[in-house]
Amino acid sequence: MYQALLEPEVGDRNKTTRGGVWGFSETVVKATVPALVLHSQISSIEKQATTATGCPLLIRCKNFQIIQLVIPQERDCHDVYISLIRLARPVKYEELYCFSFNPKLDKEEREQGWKLVNLHEEYNRMGIPNNYWQISDVNRDYGVCDSYPTEVYVPKSATAHIIVGSSKFRSRRRFPALSYYCKDNNLFGANKFNDDVTPYSASYRMCVNMASICRSSQPLSGFSARCLEDEQMLQAIRKANPGSDFIYVVDTRPKLNAMANRAAGKGYENEDNYSNIKFQFIGIENIHVMRNSLQKMLEVCELKSPSMSDFLWGLENSGWLKHIKAIMDAGIFIAKVLIEKDWVSFGHKFNHRYGNLDGDPKEISPVIDQFIECVWQLMEQFPCAFEFNERFLIHIQHHIYSCQFGNFLCNSQKERRELKFWSGMYNRFEKGLHPRQSVTDYLMAVKEETQQLEEELEVLGEKLANLQKSQLTDNKVKSKQQDGSKRLGLSTSNNNLANTPQEYSNDLKSFPSRSPSQGDEEDSALILTQDNLKSSDPDLSANSDQESGVEDLSCRSPSGGGCLPSEDSGKDSDEAVFLAV
Amino acid sequence: MEFSELIKTATVESVLLSCVGLPAVKGTLCITSHHLLLSSCPGGDAQPGTVELWLLIRNVDAVEKRVQNLGWYQPPWTNGSPQDTRLAGSSGTITLRCKDLKVLQLEIPGMEECLNIASSIEALSSVDSVMMMYPFFYRPQSLKLEEGWHLFPLEQYFQQIASQTNQWRLTDVNKDFTTCPTYPPAVIVPAAVDDDALRKAARFRQGGRFPVLSYYHPKNGTAMLRSSQPLTGPNRKRCREDEKLLGTVLDEGERGFIIDTRSAQAAKQARMTGGGTEPKSSYPQWRRLHRPLERGRPLQESFIKLVEACNDTSINMDRWLSRLESCRWLSHVKAALSTACLAAQCMDREEASVLVHGTEGTDTTLLVTALAQVILDPSCRTLVGFQGLLEREWIEAGHPFHLRCARSAYSHARLKQEAPLFLLFLDCVWQLSRQFPFSLEFSERLLLTLFDNAYASAYGTFLCNNEKERCLCKVKEKTHSLWAWLNQPGEKKKYLNPLYSHNALVIWPSVEPQSIQLWQGLFFRWIRSSQYLDEAWAEIQRLVEGNDAPVKESAGNRLSRSLSDPAAQTEDKR
Repeated sequence: MYQALLEPEVGDRNKTTRGGVWGFSETVVKATVPALVLHSQISSIEKQATTATGCPLLIRCKNFQIIQLVIPQERDCHDVYISLIRLARPVKYEELYCFSFNPKLDKEEREQGWKLVNLHEEYNRMGIPNNYWQISDVNRDYGVCDSYPTEVYVPKSATAHIIVGSSKFRSRRRFPALSYYCKDNNLFGANKFNDDVTPYSASYRMCVNMASICRSSQPLSGFSARCLEDEQMLQAIRKANPGSDFIYVVDTRPKLNAMANRAAGKGYENEDNYSNIKFQFIGIENIHVMRNSLQKMLEVCELKSPSMSDFLWGLENSGWLKHIKAIMDAGIFIAKVLIEKDWVSFGHKFNHRYGNLDGDPKEISPVIDQFIECVWQLMEQFPCAFEFNERFLIHIQHHIYSCQFGNFLCNSQKERRELKFWSGMYNRFEKGLHPRQSVTDYLMAVKEETQQLEEELEVLGEKLANLQKSQLTDNKVKSKQQDGSKRLGLSTSNNNLANTPQEYSNDLKSFPSRSPSQGDEEDSALILTQDNLKSSDPDLSANSDQESGVEDLSCRSPSGGGCLPSEDSGKDSDEAVFLAV
Repeated sequence: MEFSELIKTATVESVLLSCVGLPAVKGTLCITSHHLLLSSCPGGDAQPGTVELWLLIRNVDAVEKRVQNLGWYQPPWTNGSPQDTRLAGSSGTITLRCKDLKVLQLEIPGMEECLNIASSIEALSSVDSVMMMYPFFYRPQSLKLEEGWHLFPLEQYFQQIASQTNQWRLTDVNKDFTTCPTYPPAVIVPAAVDDDALRKAARFRQGGRFPVLSYYHPKNGTAMLRSSQPLTGPNRKRCREDEKLLGTVLDEGERGFIIDTRSAQAAKQARMTGGGTEPKSSYPQWRRLHRPLERGRPLQESFIKLVEACNDTSINMDRWLSRLESCRWLSHVKAALSTACLAAQCMDREEASVLVHGTEGTDTTLLVTALAQVILDPSCRTLVGFQGLLEREWIEAGHPFHLRCARSAYSHARLKQEAPLFLLFLDCVWQLSRQFPFSLEFSERLLLTLFDNAYASAYGTFLCNNEKERCLCKVKEKTHSLWAWLNQPGEKKKYLNPLYSHNALVIWPSVEPQSIQLWQGLFFRWIRSSQYLDEAWAEIQRLVEGNDAPVKESAGNRLSRSLSDPAAQTEDKR
């Protein structure tokens, strides 16, 4: 967390454009530190008690950043507060940033981006359509289900009559449709039925048989209702997977929730009514539980200097990792499902779940955060299996909430103990917490360099061949120079290694230095004061460049020499200061 | 004592060896004076007599036996195979829990054999006499006995300091171990203090451990000293020589910090038993900071609980974190790192000298001083420098390895003086390596090897409790040094971090709970496969070192690596 003191800016920027706070309709803060926050990133705004320096405003962002603004005038602060509340939740889609974001791409390039993931191609890649599966246009003009795409893939034997009939028996008319088809029948496939739009909201279900994954919403079965077309639909799906005698119907809810839904006329398939299905509950909690869990976990992350126990207890009580584990367990059923196809095209309720537009706060849920975290957990265990890295995931998470752009694999035996806390995500903005050196960056630099060297080597090899024809003596010198440059290159790519100490003496506050009960008055020297120590960090973390540590350290050391003096040099002394006792 | 008296049954046929994550192997079990061997049955394999297990018996922490007498019952599946008829009579299962945390299971046909084997292993593994231990018998041909014992002479370390300041001197006041039985013969002390004063100061410190130089910070000339607690006692005794010794470390007007690794209350209570702390009135320039660190039995219990939790397959996600918390291990890691950082911060940032001590000055004191040096001093982060640090700050400094590492986390024996302080140090260094993946020249593998060797080893490096005992046992004459083996070119390569690049700066780690991780490489080493992580590591090595021969380990290598101890492997190669 850092503080941005904005005294000079507030006055003049207050009066500018549309609800504008600082003259930017989309960017909230532009302080001296390079802090840029999109309105849509804002999760909550809290006015805090006025202090001597001004009126503090605490902004929590959806990407887990926390910003505190101190605004000198109470009145200004209130204006800002009201404006931000309005701007953070536009009422119409058109107000979202992506409609005005223009990254200097021409029309063609823009359209290319949208075509990057083409549903047709995706299904073609899986070998669809084929003898068993076909495209159905039953949902053209979104006539059957408004949250499905216009083209859906269904078993050939499923007629329009069956589909429409089935859709009427499904919550929000989300009839069973193909999500993933596994060409290699030896592999374990899964059949997934997605429901009421988010996997964990009331009723996510999937059907698993040996080759395909379908998804639908929960059936409107209540206590006894049945639907012939729906039963035929499932039968058609089973037939579309020749060689399997049954399909799994996997309900991702806890069984209790599913049963409760029956009272509301919804529920789950009755095994007696459907031939050859096997039913299974996975027990992923609903969005309300998830939202609370994330909230609790973030509270743990915000604790000031927690003890190891505070942290572990907090993390466990939040239940976050438990939910992640449950989702990953479910993921063992589903393999290689791509984000785009699964989350966007099939109508995952992006808007409601991520609160980009003003709406019911109860509809917001961190499902995509959880999906991204699950992928990260897999990456931690299978470092070589992913083409992308952690930064890519964090980037995606950022853009889901920033609305700057208009959009959005695995098979593992998961064990509870291998799940870790992802501080790279949830404490992303606390630079002090992260490993000070990035292996990924280093390896990418090395890789690039090796490639360059190889190219160079090739060129030189050719030259050498040419030279050998004429002269044999010249080439030795050249190859030697090559060697030297390699060493040099590596060491430079690797220079930003340093950091600064954090508040190690934090615990000193628990050291009862002045407590009379201690009796031993000679001990009562509080040496490193809390406040002074604290002051060392804020500016540094705002400095996006960790190299400041390098300079900071070197300016103290005459022997270090050669390094630039730094802006931090003045701060050195307040990092830990003696109290004159 | 003859080893043969302890071995009741030396060989048993058709023993089934099983181990988590590996296929079971059947073979002939053989007990020698120091090893447990299992070679697979000829016939089944193309190479007859392949050694599947070569376990140092010293490595066995607990032996659990379970026998079934099935004399009256003929299981139906044995009817067809005549060679198994003996099995039908009676059999037994021995579970060997090792100090390096792996667990092996031996299924032994014949109840009597099973009981004999178990009691032989028990007897052999609890031989407590140092001179009877394996290092005194181990004679690899590739190494010379004297090699590696004098790689890091204190004289050499002192020369480095002497080239920058003349405030320190090397003294041989302890050359016959009379001043302090747990110090090495040579120590570095303030130049202004003569040997007589040192002897008097030693009498004022528990176990004679008077303040000596642990680390000199060349950047600003500050020093880190270590000692044991002063013997102030209930009557607040003083010692002029001790006061002078510490006084000369600081110039006029300078302040120093005393980091006491006990709580203020514990330090005060120590007065009742003759110990205590430095009162401000007698040491006016020094400020005391109390940073309580866990030690002794509670630390050992924490280790035991953690290993238990890691091995418990029944707990699921919603109980795991609270279980982990209740072990307290990560809290100890955090506390140790924070305290070392505080010491480093005092020196590097406050430009103040530091004295570290707890009670005896042989446990938490060394943990803090050694860790602070890894943080401050880039030369301690190299493979050789780290060995030098261990030699100077743990081995010669008198950490009682023999007592502390006598038993590991599985032992059922009554705890005596066991405490995993060295493991805690290694864990902290591992945390540093996570946070600064380029700054340590050595890899996780070195830390694991050090852990293994501290608890059971073919080398003499970690034997005994101090230099005096090592002298008496002639450890340096009669055993091989671990460093000599580690530093062989072929061996050394395995312990290097391919990402290392010299970092001349202080490495300040984060000690927030979010940054402290469980050392899975150690605590889950035998429980879950590290295949994918190994592959990633090999890939990193390949990328960094160019395309020459990627380090790939075949399944066979993995088997032998996981079943036999490193010493046996080298032995095997002969």
